[in-house]
Amino acid sequence: MRIVVISGKGGTGKTTVTASYAHLSQSMTVKVDCDVDASNLHLMFPTKVHERYGFKGAKKAVVEDWNCSLCGRCISSCKFEALSMNDKVIVSDLLCEGCGACRYACPSDAIRLEAVTTGDVILSEMPNGLISRAEMIPGEEGSGKLVSEVRKQADRSERDHQLLDGSPGIGCSVIASITGTDVGVVVTEPTQSGLEDMKRVLALMKHFDVVPYVLINKYDINEDIVRAIETLCLGEKIEIIGKVPFDSKVNLAINQGTPIVAFKDSVAGRAIEKSFYKLKERILS
Amino acid sequence: MDVVVLSGKGGTGKTTIATNLSKILGYAYVDCDVEEPNGYIFLKPKISEEKEVKLWNPTMNNNCLLCGRCVTACEYNALVKVLDKIMIFEELCHGCGACQLACDNEAIEGFDRTIGILKKNHEFAMGQLNLREPMGGPIISVLKKETNHFEHRILDAPPGTSCSVVKAVQGSDYAILVTEPTAFGLHDLKLAIQLIQDMKIPFGVIINRYESHTLIDDYLNDMNIPCIGRVPFSREAAVQYSKGDLLIESEKYHQVFEAIGHQVRRLL
Repeated sequence: MRIVVISGKGGTGKTTVTASYAHLSQSMTVKVDCDVDASNLHLMFPTKVHERYGFKGAKKAVVEDWNCSLCGRCISSCKFEALSMNDKVIVSDLLCEGCGACRYACPSDAIRLEAVTTGDVILSEMPNGLISRAEMIPGEEGSGKLVSEVRKQADRSERDHQLLDGSPGIGCSVIASITGTDVGVVVTEPTQSGLEDMKRVLALMKHFDVVPYVLINKYDINEDIVRAIETLCLGEKIEIIGKVPFDSKVNLAINQGTPIVAFKDSVAGRAIEKSFYKLKERILS
Repeated sequence: MDVVVLSGKGGTGKTTIATNLSKILGYAYVDCDVEEPNGYIFLKPKISEEKEVKLWNPTMNNNCLLCGRCVTACEYNALVKVLDKIMIFEELCHGCGACQLACDNEAIEGFDRTIGILKKNHEFAMGQLNLREPMGGPIISVLKKETNHFEHRILDAPPGTSCSVVKAVQGSDYAILVTEPTAFGLHDLKLAIQLIQDMKIPFGVIINRYESHTLIDDYLNDMNIPCIGRVPFSREAAVQYSKGDLLIESEKYHQVFEAIGHQVRRLL
C-alpha cells in the first residue's frame, strides 16, 4: 500500500501531517520524502544515514573548444537560449536542459553531452523504520527523475507499506510522486488559494487513479470556505478524514523537531491522530 | 527593473508579499507559479488578453524510413519505435528539436501543442499549466517575454529550487526571499540563498508571520544577510488572506508594506 500526502498549494501542512502519520505508523512502513528540492520530513526525527549516493539525473552540453569553428549553429539550434558566444561558445549550466540538439546542429562534432549529478539520494534509519529522501542541488534539472530515484530506493527496502510526502504544485515532481500510489491525502486549508489549488490536485489524482481523502488544516480560520470544501467533496464523493484547528504549538513542535502528535496537549496533534486512525480504518476495510 | 519573489519552502507567503508589494510600488505583477497561480485571487484583475501557450512537438511525414535516429537522439524518451511507426509521448517532449536535427530524411515536421494558458492586462500577467502537463518552464519563458515591455515587474516565483524557479529568477535585478520563522523555513531558505548566490543576483530576506526574535534573525545576523522586512503574524491577517483580500487594505499592514517598499526602492 502506498499513501501519498499532497496539497497543491505549498505550506498547508503536508510535512506536519506526514511526520505525524510516520510517527504513528509501524516500522514496516518506509517513509519517502518526494519533496526533493525542499526536503523537510527528516528534520522531525533523529536519523542515521545508511546509504548516500550521487544521482546523475540530467545531462549538460560541453563544447570542446579545439574542434569548434565558432560557426554559431549550435546557438541558433538551442531552444532554451542556453548557448552564447563570447570569443568561444559558452554553455549556461542553469539554462541547458541537456537535450543535445546543439550536438546535431554542430558540423564539427565539437559538442558532447555529459551526465551531471543533480542531487544525493539518501536512505536513513529513523526510530520506526526507514526514510528515503534526496537533496537536490539547487537549480538543477530533472526534479521528477530524482523523485523517481527516491521512490526506487524505497521500493528496494521491501517494506509492506510506503508513506510519501509530496511536493507542492501539479507538475513533474508531483506527477512523479503520485504515479502508482493507491491513496492520496490532500492537506488543504480554508483559504481561496488552498481551495483553488486543491481542485487542481484532485483532478490530477483522478487522472492517475489515486483514491483521494481530504484533511482540512487550520479549519477555524474561515468557516465559509470550509463549507465550500465540504460541498465540493460531497459532490465528488470524497471523504473528509479530519478537520485540524489552528494551533500555535505546531510551529513550536517543528522547531523542536517533534511530530505534533507526540507534542503534549496539542489540539492539532489530537485531530491529526484521529484522522490517522480513521484513514487506517478506511484502508483496511 | 525586475524584482523576483521566491522562497524555497512553499506557503511562506510569496504571493502575499508579491501582490501587496506590487500595489505599493506600482509595479506590474507577473505570476510565474504556473502550476498553482494564486495572485489573481488577491489582485482581481480584469483580463484583456488571453492566449494559449504552445510547445513544438514532432510529427513524422511520409519520408520516414523508421531508421530510429530520432529515437536515439531524444534524451527524454519521448519517442519510441513501434512496428511500423514512431510514436510520441507528448508529455515527455521538451520541444527541443533534437529529433528533427538528427533526422537525415527531412521526415520530421511539427505542430504546436497547447500546454497552458496566459492571461494578462496592462499591469498583470499569469500563466497556468494545463492539468497532466509536467513542464511549467516553457510557460514561464513565454510569460516573461510577453511582459518584457512592462517597465517594472514583480515576478512571483514557484516554490522550491528546481528548474522552473531558475526560469522565473533568471535575469532579475533583485530577489526577495520570503521565509517563515520555523526550522522548515530556515532549512529551505538556505537552499534558496544558495541558488540566488549561484545566480549572482542581489537579494534580501523578508520574514513573514513574525512574532518575536527567531532562529531566522540569528542566521541572517551570522551570515550578514540583510533582512528587508518583518511582516507580523496576526490572526486577522490570516483571515484576510483566506478571503482573498490584500493585507494592505488594513492600515497596520499598509505601513509594514510601505516600509518594505521604501527599502526595495532604496536598494534598487
